[in-house]
Amino acid sequence: MRHGKYPFIVGFLAAPVTLYVVFVIGPYAQAFYMALTNWRGISANPQFIGLENFQRLWEDDVFWKAVRHHGILLLALPLITIAIALFFAFMLNVGGGSRHGVMTGVWGSKFYRIVFFFPQVLAIAILGVLFQMVYRPDASGMINGPLRQLGIEPIGFLINPNLALWSIIAVLVWQSVGFYVVLFSAGMASVPKDIYEAALMDGAGRARMFFRVTVPLLWDTLQVAWVYLGIAAFDAFAIVQTLTVDQGGPDGSTTVLGMEIYRNAFVYSKYGYASAMGVALFFLTITFAALALRVTRRETVEL
Amino acid sequence: MSVPPEPRADESFRNRPEPAPSDLTRRTLLGRAAAAGLLATPAAGLLSACVGGGGGDAEQDQATGTKSAENPLGVDPKAPLEIVIFNGGYGEKYATDIHEPLYKKKYPEAEIKHSATQEISTTLQPRFAGGNPPDFVNNSGTKFMDFGALIGDGQLQDLTELFDAPSVDDPNKKVRDTLVAGTVESGTYNGKPYVLNYVFTVYGLWYSDKLFSSRGWTPPTTWSEFTSLLDTIKKAGIIPYGYAGKNAPYYQYLVILTTAAKIGGPDVLKNIDNLVDGAWTADPVRQAAEMWAEIGAKYMDKSHEGLIHTEVQLQQNQDKVAIYPSGSWLENEQAKSTPPGFNYAVMPVPSATASDKVPAKGLYATAGEPYFVSAKGRNPRGAMEYMRLMLSQEGAKGFVNLNKSLTAVTGSAEGVELSPGLASASSALTAAGQDVFSYRFDSWYKELDTELRTATNALMFGRENADQFVARMQKKADAIANDSSITKFSR
Repeated sequence: MRHGKYPFIVGFLAAPVTLYVVFVIGPYAQAFYMALTNWRGISANPQFIGLENFQRLWEDDVFWKAVRHHGILLLALPLITIAIALFFAFMLNVGGGSRHGVMTGVWGSKFYRIVFFFPQVLAIAILGVLFQMVYRPDASGMINGPLRQLGIEPIGFLINPNLALWSIIAVLVWQSVGFYVVLFSAGMASVPKDIYEAALMDGAGRARMFFRVTVPLLWDTLQVAWVYLGIAAFDAFAIVQTLTVDQGGPDGSTTVLGMEIYRNAFVYSKYGYASAMGVALFFLTITFAALALRVTRRETVEL
Repeated sequence: MSVPPEPRADESFRNRPEPAPSDLTRRTLLGRAAAAGLLATPAAGLLSACVGGGGGDAEQDQATGTKSAENPLGVDPKAPLEIVIFNGGYGEKYATDIHEPLYKKKYPEAEIKHSATQEISTTLQPRFAGGNPPDFVNNSGTKFMDFGALIGDGQLQDLTELFDAPSVDDPNKKVRDTLVAGTVESGTYNGKPYVLNYVFTVYGLWYSDKLFSSRGWTPPTTWSEFTSLLDTIKKAGIIPYGYAGKNAPYYQYLVILTTAAKIGGPDVLKNIDNLVDGAWTADPVRQAAEMWAEIGAKYMDKSHEGLIHTEVQLQQNQDKVAIYPSGSWLENEQAKSTPPGFNYAVMPVPSATASDKVPAKGLYATAGEPYFVSAKGRNPRGAMEYMRLMLSQEGAKGFVNLNKSLTAVTGSAEGVELSPGLASASSALTAAGQDVFSYRFDSWYKELDTELRTATNALMFGRENADQFVARMQKKADAIANDSSITKFSR
């Protein structure tokens, strides 16, 4: 068997690795090269300009604005989403107390679990259209319509520069919570029931059970969620593109790197500069991933 | 990006009572999650995937025929011709039903390959990079290809020969002499005409003639008349003035700059186009910004910043908004939601001061809807001939009839029954005479356009004042002037 091992492995890997190199690694490498040129999307022979694009990037206010927004997203999105998802998952799985010795969720938890998952099924473009209606600032807005009826000044969810980014974060949270409820539910299902029973017998209430039993035993899953959401925080392009005023506005208050890459490439035809932004985004993401893995390396409760 | 698939998500609904076997450790999962994120995030890598892969600058064999009085451009009658139309507000019917049959009638042996798209740049960019461009392109819509980039790469055919060729209807008249003044200039880049702008658009303040006449309101000509009319409208419970901040702030910056041009003359706009130092901080621009900011503060509805153009236009059709800045395509665009008898009409932007350099009748009007011939295509002569036929009376009248829009061909609206809005635009244009002006920077420097849209919203919705507005625009204009990677134009 031994001498036939390598041809066997090579036979399996050749096709996927080739596809991967051509369609993933290749474009990546090309983006790094493009970032050093002033290619405008049309010429077949782009001109090499060294690090000029990166120098310009350094002085670009809009770029830094976008990076700042990613910082806010990176803090807010995982924190809010995980908090809400954890609460829901707990209520759906353990919150109902013990029945015949088995921990159950609150009444109707099976139904809720499916409802929570709905937003995850919707395409981002649909979300964009949906929330346009929700956030609409005039009388036909889903929130502002009733507010107007009550004589309350309408809220400019997407037109108030101080509020706009948070309105976007709210959509992202709304969309992702369902998935993490399911993820955490799966995690909770793998927590042995006898631990809960023991805690119950010792007289632990729901809150104590949540903080002393569920969260520590779910620590690994929480890390996974945090890394995922952190990566999602570097994106947010589609929702910003479909939902915000003036695509990233008002006044750049919701713009993200994806939006600026898109704008520079497809609106300004500055593919070289857009690629430089892409490279910057690549390093931001890779730094985050490395940090996330390092910081979360700690002893977990082994079962 | 949606959340990357979690490797174990299929277990989630099962809710197994016993602990899940953990052959897949959490750390490998984390590692994979990070890897998945890396792949999913900078998709920007893909956008350059096609560079350098094309056929390069290899010259195509280009079709030519013998020149004659009937065939002044030397078209090869058998050569196929590829036409790409932007399928937007004007649709594609004018090409398939009017212009292409004209070509086909003249050259029955030529095969016409027609296609239409709403995404010009997405569809065509790879073909230009690959050295295989279509012959004739209607480079329009929000995703048009950057003209500076195309010209910089020598992709556009110099149309001088076409404009100097005899016109279809009168062989003693050159094509350029059959066009409305300013048409050839509007497609000229650094001295050479590369682009044909076919549709003539009149810009101004649009209103419902029915609403105005039923209330006894008359279109104002001075600024004080304008503001007192806006006061009256406000008292009548109608939003006096509005534009859509979400996607159409450029309708508004057009009228701000129109006011600036009226105060200081059309050179104000020329200086802006030419990126002249201090063009934005010049007094007429600052003054115009100040006057319009006041209109924004007093007569607009805050909610309009979050609406798109059709939503605000619908409110105007419902008589909820009185005056709306736009171009002469508006009537056609709103055809389906306009109640009968609404009667669109346009007024020029009122005079700003008593000492204006341009009279009240002066208008922002320009030829738009750009068409070009690919210099590196297979049949550039055929494509120029196609343009010549578009510019014939038959071709132009057909377009006016079908699309209810004015063309750049002189007299193309004569004998065609015009709708109320178009008739109003047509007579405003006649009344303006020589006092017609426009700017070019919005298509020359898209970054300046983006900045101006943002700044206009900030100005009109009260977040910035006129001084901040002009300072910010000047800063951006200076940055563009100093950016070596941007192709510069002047006029």
